[in-house]
Amino acid sequence: MRHLLSIEPLSRDEIERIMDRADSFAEVSGREIKKVPALRGRTVVNLFYEASTRTSSSFDLAAKRLSADVVSVRSAGSSVDKGESLKDTIQTLSAYDPAAIVIRSPHVGAAELVTRWTPAAVVNAGDGKHEHPTQALLDVYTLRHKLGSLEGRSIWIVGDLAHSRVARSNVLAFTKLGADVTVCGPPTLLPRGIEALGCRVAYDLDDGLADADVVYALRMQRERMTEAFVPSLREYTARYQIDGRRLRPRQLLMHPGPVNRGVELAAEVIDSPQAAIVAQVQAGVVVRMAVLYELLAQAPEPDGGRADHPEHLAPQPA
Amino acid sequence: MSFLSRMPGPPADLVVAGAHVLDPRTGVDGPADVLVRDGVIAEIGAPGATAAPEGVETVDGAGAHLFPAFVDPHVHLRVPGEEHKEDLETGTRAAAAGGFCAVVGMPNTAPPIDGASVLRSVHDLAVTHARVPVGFLAAATVGQRGETLTEMAELRDAGALGFTDDGLPIASANVLRRALQYQKLCGGVIALHEEDPTLSGDGVMHEGSVSALLGLAGIPSISESTMIARDAAIAAYEEGRIHVQHISAVESVQAVAGAKAAGVRMTGEVTPHHLILTDEDVRSLDTALKFNPPARAERDRAALLDALRDGTIDCIATDHAPHAPHEKEVPFEEAPMGTTGLETAFAALNTFLVEPGVLPLELVVERMTGGGALFGLPAPRIAVGETANLALVGLDRAWQPVEAGYESRSQNCCFGDRELRGRVLVTVAAGTIAYRERTFALSAA
Repeated sequence: MRHLLSIEPLSRDEIERIMDRADSFAEVSGREIKKVPALRGRTVVNLFYEASTRTSSSFDLAAKRLSADVVSVRSAGSSVDKGESLKDTIQTLSAYDPAAIVIRSPHVGAAELVTRWTPAAVVNAGDGKHEHPTQALLDVYTLRHKLGSLEGRSIWIVGDLAHSRVARSNVLAFTKLGADVTVCGPPTLLPRGIEALGCRVAYDLDDGLADADVVYALRMQRERMTEAFVPSLREYTARYQIDGRRLRPRQLLMHPGPVNRGVELAAEVIDSPQAAIVAQVQAGVVVRMAVLYELLAQAPEPDGGRADHPEHLAPQPA
Repeated sequence: MSFLSRMPGPPADLVVAGAHVLDPRTGVDGPADVLVRDGVIAEIGAPGATAAPEGVETVDGAGAHLFPAFVDPHVHLRVPGEEHKEDLETGTRAAAAGGFCAVVGMPNTAPPIDGASVLRSVHDLAVTHARVPVGFLAAATVGQRGETLTEMAELRDAGALGFTDDGLPIASANVLRRALQYQKLCGGVIALHEEDPTLSGDGVMHEGSVSALLGLAGIPSISESTMIARDAAIAAYEEGRIHVQHISAVESVQAVAGAKAAGVRMTGEVTPHHLILTDEDVRSLDTALKFNPPARAERDRAALLDALRDGTIDCIATDHAPHAPHEKEVPFEEAPMGTTGLETAFAALNTFLVEPGVLPLELVVERMTGGGALFGLPAPRIAVGETANLALVGLDRAWQPVEAGYESRSQNCCFGDRELRGRVLVTVAAGTIAYRERTFALSAA
C-alpha cells in the first residue's frame, strides 16, 4: 500500500492486516513510555484545511509515538489563507522531504490530487463529503474488539448520509468485512443512488432498528436546518434521535464525534455503558499508528536501510 | 454589417485529388477530384480526370475523405477579458485544426458581449486575427444578469447572429418572454442554457450512484428538462424561435421531442462529450471531465444518440470551453466547468461512435455541418460554384491529443489522453486554406 486515500479499493485482507498491526501497537500504548522508534528521523506533515480535534490530535500523537518528526499546518494563519494553491502548498511542504503527508480538505479527491505533486505517502484524513478512511478503520477496530467479528452483524447508520464522509467509508468498510448495513435518515438527506454503496436504505427507525447489533449515529449539523433539508430540529429529533427508548440493551452505540447532545443522541445513551464513543477515540491513535507504519515502515529509510524489522517495535530506551 | 468576420487570406487554388468525397446535402459519396479556383469549387470530376491547371497545387487525397467543412454553433473564444484561456487567433486555429470553417462565439466574456460597442470590437479583432470566419451571439440580458434585455435591435444591426446568456440560464420566465416578444422586431434566435439553479444548486456532476459514491453534490437531470419544458411553453405562446444548447438528459430529449411535435419553433444541439462520456468516466475526478451540463448516465447517452439519429436533436456543437492549467489543476469541486473540443470533435465521434457502428459517418458529417444554418448561416456544400469550405480527413490516422499538442491556448480536453482515429489534414474555410497538418506532405504541381 503506497497511500491511504479511500476504503473503496482496499481488500478485506488489507483491512485485517492493519487491524492486526493496530493490535500490536495497542500493547505499546499500554506501556509507561508509549513510544517506538519505527519512524525515527522521518517527517510526517499534517495539513488540515478544516477544523478538527480528534483526527488531527490522534494523527499527531500516532506519528509522535512512532518517533517521527511532526509538522502541523493549519489553514488559519498559513499561506493557504493568502490564496496559495493546493499544488503550491504541497510542493512547498514536499521540499522538507516528508515521508508522509496527512491531509484533511473540504474538497472531494484532494488527497488523491496531492499524490500527483509529492513523492510522499499520502493519507486522506477526510476529503470533502467523499471518504474518511482512517475513521472507518478505527470503527472497524472498535467493533472487532467489542463484537469479535463483523461477519453477519447488522449495523444501522443513522442520520445525515448526504453530507457524511464517515458514513461513506463506513458502509464500504463494514460491508467488506461481512456486515449487513442499513442507512437510515430523512429522505432529503439520503443521496439518490446511495444503495450503490452496498447498503439497504430505510427512512424510518421503526423499520428494523430494534434488530440491529450496532447503532451508528451521525452528526446532524445545525446548518442543515437552514438549508431546508429538514423542517425543524424538533421534528428531526422526534424521528431520528437515538434515545434510551430506541436503543436496546444489547445494542452497541457508536458516533464519530463531536456529538450534538440532545440532537442525534440523547444524553442518557451517550453516557450509557453501551456507548463505544470513548473506545473509538482510543482506537484512533493505534489505528493511525498502524496506517503510518504500514505506509512508511515498509519503504526504505533515508539511510537506505529497511525499517520493517522487529527491533523497531522494541521499547524506546528511556 | 455582416454576421461573420475573418482575417483576409489568399484565395485557394488547388486540386484535392482522389479523396472519397462525402457531402450528405448534395448526395456526393465516392472518389472524385475537386478543383478549387480562386476560392470557389470550379470542378468535381472523376478521379484522375482533373488535370491541375498551371500553378495550381495538387493535394493527394488518396485514402482520405473530403467533407464539407464543419460549422460549430457553440464555442467560447474568451475575448474580451480572458485571453489567458483563449483568444481569437488560438481559438480559430483550433477550429481550423478540427476541420471547422466557421464558429459561433458565446458572449459570456469579461465584460460580456452585451452591447454593440463590445460586439463591434470583437468583430474588428476577428478581421485581424481569425483564421476561420467567426460570428457571435450577443447576451440576451445586460451583464447576463437575467434582468434587463440588451439592446437587441442595435445588436442585430451590429451583426449579432442571435442571443444567449449561455453559461447561465435565463431564470426568470418573464424575462425570456420579453426577449421572445422583442424577437418579433429584430429577429435572432434565442439560444438557451437550460438549468434551474434552484435544482442544480452547488452540484458539480450528474446526480446518480456515482455522485453518491464520491460524495459530490449532484446536478439532477430535471434541472435541465423542467426548464426546457417551461421555455417550450413560453416559445409556443409567443410563437418565438428558440434553440436549446448542450442537451444532456433523457428527460430533456423527451421534452424537446414533445415540443417539436406540438409545433414549437425549437432546435437543439448536443456535444461530442455528452454523446461519448458518462458519469462513470467522472469517477477519475479528472477536472477535464467537469463540464456543465455534466456527463450523465448511460441511459441518457443512449437517448441522445437516438435523438441525434431521428433529428430531435438537430446538430452537434462542441461547447469548446478553454480554461488555463492553473484553473483546472485544483480539486474537482473547485475547478471551472468546461472542456475544449474543437480539435477533437470529429476524431472523437469517429473513434467512439462511427467506427463501432453506433452512428453512420454521413449522419455525423451532416450534424457537424448543420449548426450554422440554425442561426441563418448557409450550410457548406461541395458543389460547383460554391465557396470552398472543405475538410480533408484521414479517417484511419491514429493520434493522441496530449502527444500531438494543441492549437488552442488551453489543454483541458476531456479526450486528451485517449487514442483517437481521424486526423484533419487540410481545412479550407471561406475559400482560403486555413489549416494544413504540420507533417502533411504536399506535392506541388
